[in-house]
Amino acid sequence: MTNPVQALNSARVRGWLYQALFLACALAVAWYLVSNTLTNLATRGVATGFGFLEREAGFEIGESLLSYSASDTYLKALVVGLLNTLAVSAAGVVLATVLGVLIGIARLSSNWMVNRFATLYVETIRNVPLLLQLVVWYTIMNRLPSPREALEVVPGIFLSNRGMKFPVLVEHAGHGWALLALIAGIAAAVAIVRHGRRHREATGKPFPTLPAAIAAVLLPPALVFVATGAPLAFDVPVLSGFNFEGGGSVTPEFTALLIGLSVYTAGFIAEIVRSGILAVPHGQTEAGLALGLSPGKILRLIILPQALRVIVPPLTSQYLNLTKNSSLAVAIGYPDLVSVSNTSANQTGQVVEAVAMMMVVYLIISLSISGFMNWYNRRVALVTR
Amino acid sequence: MKSRLSALAIAATLSVSALALSGTAQAGATFDGVKQKGYVQCGVNLGLYGFSSPDDKGKWSGLDVDMCRAVAAAMFGDAEKVKYTPLSAQQRLPALQSGEIDILARNTTRTLTRDTANGLNFGPTNYFDGQGFMVSAKLGLKSAKQLNGATVCVLPGTTTEQNVSDYFRANKMTFKPVVIEKNEELNKAFFAGRCDALTSDASQLAAIRAAEVQNPNDYVILPELISKEPLSPAVRQGDEEWMNLVIWAFYAMVQAEEKGLTSENVDAAMTSPDPDVKRLLGVTAGNGKALGVEENWAFNIIKQVGNYAQSFERNVGTGSKLKMPRGQNALYTEGGMMYAPPMK
Repeated sequence: MTNPVQALNSARVRGWLYQALFLACALAVAWYLVSNTLTNLATRGVATGFGFLEREAGFEIGESLLSYSASDTYLKALVVGLLNTLAVSAAGVVLATVLGVLIGIARLSSNWMVNRFATLYVETIRNVPLLLQLVVWYTIMNRLPSPREALEVVPGIFLSNRGMKFPVLVEHAGHGWALLALIAGIAAAVAIVRHGRRHREATGKPFPTLPAAIAAVLLPPALVFVATGAPLAFDVPVLSGFNFEGGGSVTPEFTALLIGLSVYTAGFIAEIVRSGILAVPHGQTEAGLALGLSPGKILRLIILPQALRVIVPPLTSQYLNLTKNSSLAVAIGYPDLVSVSNTSANQTGQVVEAVAMMMVVYLIISLSISGFMNWYNRRVALVTR
Repeated sequence: MKSRLSALAIAATLSVSALALSGTAQAGATFDGVKQKGYVQCGVNLGLYGFSSPDDKGKWSGLDVDMCRAVAAAMFGDAEKVKYTPLSAQQRLPALQSGEIDILARNTTRTLTRDTANGLNFGPTNYFDGQGFMVSAKLGLKSAKQLNGATVCVLPGTTTEQNVSDYFRANKMTFKPVVIEKNEELNKAFFAGRCDALTSDASQLAAIRAAEVQNPNDYVILPELISKEPLSPAVRQGDEEWMNLVIWAFYAMVQAEEKGLTSENVDAAMTSPDPDVKRLLGVTAGNGKALGVEENWAFNIIKQVGNYAQSFERNVGTGSKLKMPRGQNALYTEGGMMYAPPMK
């Protein structure tokens, strides 16, 4: 039988007790900070709460993925800012990964020029503050000629200090069908890949997966496109008044931020990729050669699967860094979440609420990226059979 | 980076000062607190020529700085007893709300929201300003109504963004804002041609033009002023004694101008027979006692800071690079809006 005193001698009970005590302390501190801030804001006559989200924002936003105007609410303005953050982060992650992998492989190249260049890139980019790099990229963008003297790189595509203007396809019913055909094609390609794998595992013979999949993706939309009369009308940008009208555009702010974030993060990703590849013992390559595999197959089937399990965890934190660094956008005028939140906070005076919302949103984005990468990491983890 | 940090800093300051000051808010707390510590903690701009900017020796000057110096002169008889806290547009309201500063003299527009929901009280307007547009002279524009479709560079953290949106909406025009938080980066973008127009308070546009452009004739400030910007000093709500001192310290400078008292002739004016001058300079006692300071409070302001005209000309008028005309900021007797209530 155990009496209370004896129970206290048990390591397990004491462990629980300490944890409960710690939790209580943490909660008490949090409660004190929050309630005290609220009381003091109230005694100073500062209004609190999230009611301001429903009010009219009254300010314009330079670029938006949704249709937004000054008469929309603060909530919508913040959503526009959030989407801008997500857009530049998503594009940045893709670009940084591609660039990072290339540079990482280049650092392992036996070609002296390529190798040295990659080393120079990594050492320079990683050791110069990102904010400085962003300002440099933005200054370069602003040094482009004015719209009236815009550079026409390719006919219809104009480069100026107002950004890049390019023609966009005028919408047509045929495009919708072609898109449907593309989706169907992708589904077919997935099925082909699965079949190919089963075929190989069952018979041990290779299956022409890649050509078949590419054909499945490309052929159906192309056929539908031609069948609907190949509707190809472009909305071309034309100079009018202060700027170009019509067509699509990418602003200098977005471009500078995207290039800055990608180039910077690629420097780190390159090192991660290099370390991942170096982590696979050379014997593995030799074993592959001994089996008669081609160098491409050795990389794809032997090196990469083993390198990935070293690469993916640190890669996750680079993706998180890139997303969080996108908040430096305020320095070069890209209307991201932080920029829009700051404006909202200033106009309403609800600084605590705005900062709290920003923190929660970044937390959610970061946890989502982490969650996805952890799932991917489990998939590529070494499976022992 | 700056903004992210400053936003965090604001949150941190707010919660920390909320901790430190819990339960001490009461009438007269600021007045007594300032008297006890022996100096005025004054929130100013990070550096806006003419209003508050430090020179190469770190000495602050400007129209807003003179506001704080006047309060210090009234309270301590010494205009130098001021410590300055340079604040960004985002930091300024939390800094005042949290008690970090005693008075905010940072070209801040008086608005209803700030006067109510944000917990501030405003003193009299020390500069009547309005938001305008600056464009390159090469564009040949004569009016802001010709700006349809323009790209406009805007500094955030003020009423500026909303004003420019309102103006374009009211005139059924469209524009693209480029919002950059740092003054230098914004100015650089504008002068590089990223935007067709730069919008800000007219006085700031003049200051930017004076500082950044070789030939001021290359850039024109369009005639339309699209907003009312009564730039006023602010204090926290809940200390009327302190607020009174700020209000009347400014009025003393206006009254001095009206009565022709300057820092040069104020010594001689002590023997003036004019009853208004006698009351202002404390020769006839009463005003000082009512405000809770020495009777020679206004004398000290005029002697050490000068009257409003002296402060204006020295900082933003003919004696400065800005060369702003008195305009709305002239005395009411000269067609302006500067008017001091009777000081008795």
